[in-house]
Amino acid sequence: MITLNTINFNDTVIIKNITGEETLKRRLLDLGFIPESKVTCLLISPFKDPKAYQINNNLIALRNIDAKNIEVEYE
Amino acid sequence: MNNIKVALIGTPNVGKSTIYNALTKNHEHTGNWAGKTVDFTKGECIYNNTKYTFYDLPGTYSLISKSEEETIATDFIWSQNFDVAVVVCDATSLEKGINLVFQTEEICHKVVVCVNLIDEAKKKGIHINTNLLSKNLNLPVITTSAKDKVGLEKLLVAIQNASEKDYLNIDYGPLEPKINDIITEINPTTQNKKWIALRILDNNNHYLDKFNTENLLNLGPKTKEAKTSLANVDISLEIVMHLMKEIKIKLKNVITYQKLNYNSRERKIDKILTSKIWGIPIMLLFLFLIFYLTIIGANYPSDLLFKFFSSLEDNLTNLLNFFSLPHAIIDLLVNGVYKTLYWVVSVMLPPMLIFFPLFTFLEDLGVLPRIAFNMDRAFNKCQACGKQALTMCMGIGCNAVGVTGARIIDSKRERMIAILTNVFMPCNGKFPTLIAIITMFFVGLSNKYGSLLCALILTGFIFLGILVTFLVSYLLSITLLKGEKSSFTLELPPYRMPKILSTITYSLKNRAIFVLSRAVKVAIPAGIVIWLIANISINGNLLLHYLSNFLNPFGKLLGLDGVVILALLLGFPANEIVIPALLMCYLKTSSLIDFESYAVLKNILVLNGWTIKTAICFLILMMFHYPCSTTILTIKNETKSNKFTLLAFILPCLIGISLCLLINLIF
Repeated sequence: MITLNTINFNDTVIIKNITGEETLKRRLLDLGFIPESKVTCLLISPFKDPKAYQINNNLIALRNIDAKNIEVEYE
Repeated sequence: MNNIKVALIGTPNVGKSTIYNALTKNHEHTGNWAGKTVDFTKGECIYNNTKYTFYDLPGTYSLISKSEEETIATDFIWSQNFDVAVVVCDATSLEKGINLVFQTEEICHKVVVCVNLIDEAKKKGIHINTNLLSKNLNLPVITTSAKDKVGLEKLLVAIQNASEKDYLNIDYGPLEPKINDIITEINPTTQNKKWIALRILDNNNHYLDKFNTENLLNLGPKTKEAKTSLANVDISLEIVMHLMKEIKIKLKNVITYQKLNYNSRERKIDKILTSKIWGIPIMLLFLFLIFYLTIIGANYPSDLLFKFFSSLEDNLTNLLNFFSLPHAIIDLLVNGVYKTLYWVVSVMLPPMLIFFPLFTFLEDLGVLPRIAFNMDRAFNKCQACGKQALTMCMGIGCNAVGVTGARIIDSKRERMIAILTNVFMPCNGKFPTLIAIITMFFVGLSNKYGSLLCALILTGFIFLGILVTFLVSYLLSITLLKGEKSSFTLELPPYRMPKILSTITYSLKNRAIFVLSRAVKVAIPAGIVIWLIANISINGNLLLHYLSNFLNPFGKLLGLDGVVILALLLGFPANEIVIPALLMCYLKTSSLIDFESYAVLKNILVLNGWTIKTAICFLILMMFHYPCSTTILTIKNETKSNKFTLLAFILPCLIGISLCLLINLIF
């Protein structure tokens, strides 16, 4: 299973599962990182970490280490 | 008169506070810095013979979250101390808002849905069928564009007519039988048992503590059994998935998109602002531009105010003579109180009035989250949170607000770091002093590019502040505040063109009142104290001499003198009065020279032995010394710890003192 932090700039993937520690998982779910949603990597910060992802019309910045908790699949 | 209490709930960045301000015409903020609501505020309005009391709650993504930032909102809603809940949604991203609507409906009887930013949605080609949405949700739905005050009266009518409904009952599928089991073990008189049962299932400790203290629970074997049987189920995911399922059903056919790719221009801007090469330089350029505009814009009005106030000095003296007051009292009032007061007003007011609208403009535009995005990597390396960049920006406005603003950081350890290091960002009260010294000693008074150079040097000083922030953050996280890095999630809201005119009038009105009231509150007593120190003599020697002689060896060690140290001590209530205190002590009031221009000012300083080195040491110590009394009180409030408050006091002093010692040793 690939994780969100590994996808390339401008790639769109579908979320399959959210893993990891409870507080972060809860926050990710609140922000709309929900299984079966589409997510696109839209911005990369000057030092390559964090990256910003578009989900449901919102742009959300995540650190790579946190995005690792989101399992995704290409369409 | 009928009084309706209304809670305003909404996800961050939906313009909730704009609605609140437009409705209540109440521009009071928790601090003196516009922006994020970190505490809730209360305001009133009267419409149709009904009094509405609005509670503006901080933005929250969810009412069942466990993050500390959101507990103010959730606690308020749990208290049920209001009649109607208005959930403000973002028309351009309705799912997120409806999620919050559902969660609100699960614990509130009267709910009104307000779909804000409808103008923005229209521009982006998003159409929302409000009638269908209202029918699907069985709730009143009002569309607004709060920025332009569209739809607000309809909202008030809808609030008045909101009808009482049962709590929303969402089908949580496999959880349902277990929920019913737990309900049998909740005190029978308790309201909303299903919601409580859900919080027990997803182990929400924040609420569990509340339930326990309110004696709502009577848990026994059935609850235990329900929890063990679901041990392999991801409860929070299950809850969210069922909420989402319901949202998809309710939003079916409600939203239609006309244009795709409506975000492309925004993405282009974002790409430049966060690009590898330009990202950081552009942020510094923004900072530089703000300072530059502040400096050139403030010069002339400052001069004018100075001249105006000093020309009144003789009249004031004559007037007081007319009442035949004793000479000492007149001297105290004119040379003590009046001089300090007009220094603070003429030197502080113009830059603040220019700086604040500019900064508010950048903030409203949506630039600050991008700064946090760009800088996060550096904070990450220091084991701190990228949102600290936001609190630093707030700190440039006012450290007390930056400290309160640190609530947006979830992890307690990282929040402490942000609070303890906030003072390294020089606040607005320090700017005019820094600008004055830089202009006098580094730029020269007749330099054609003076303002430009001055802004550059000031940006350099901010840069130094940023470096020290990183260094201290890192040192703290490997010593006193050791711990795990927490996660970092930050929404980058769409760019929104602020209403320029209202930003300006709002800032002018609020800043002018704030600065003037602060001037009166701080400068008057400070003026009296300074005058007394400079005029009371013991055994034929002025108190001022005793104090400055006492502090002199310490001052000399730092490349300064006793008077500077005394002025900084006197500036504890507010940084604004450091320079007037300094001047009065140097002039010892008897010499009666007016400090109406930088040239005169520089003269006074040079006569008292100031050199470039003194100026550098003074700037360093001005940047790095204890936070003002307001900030210290705020830190005490926010950390609830004497130890950390003391640390917040000592830490910047240590840095300032060691830097000055170093400079003094080397040069």
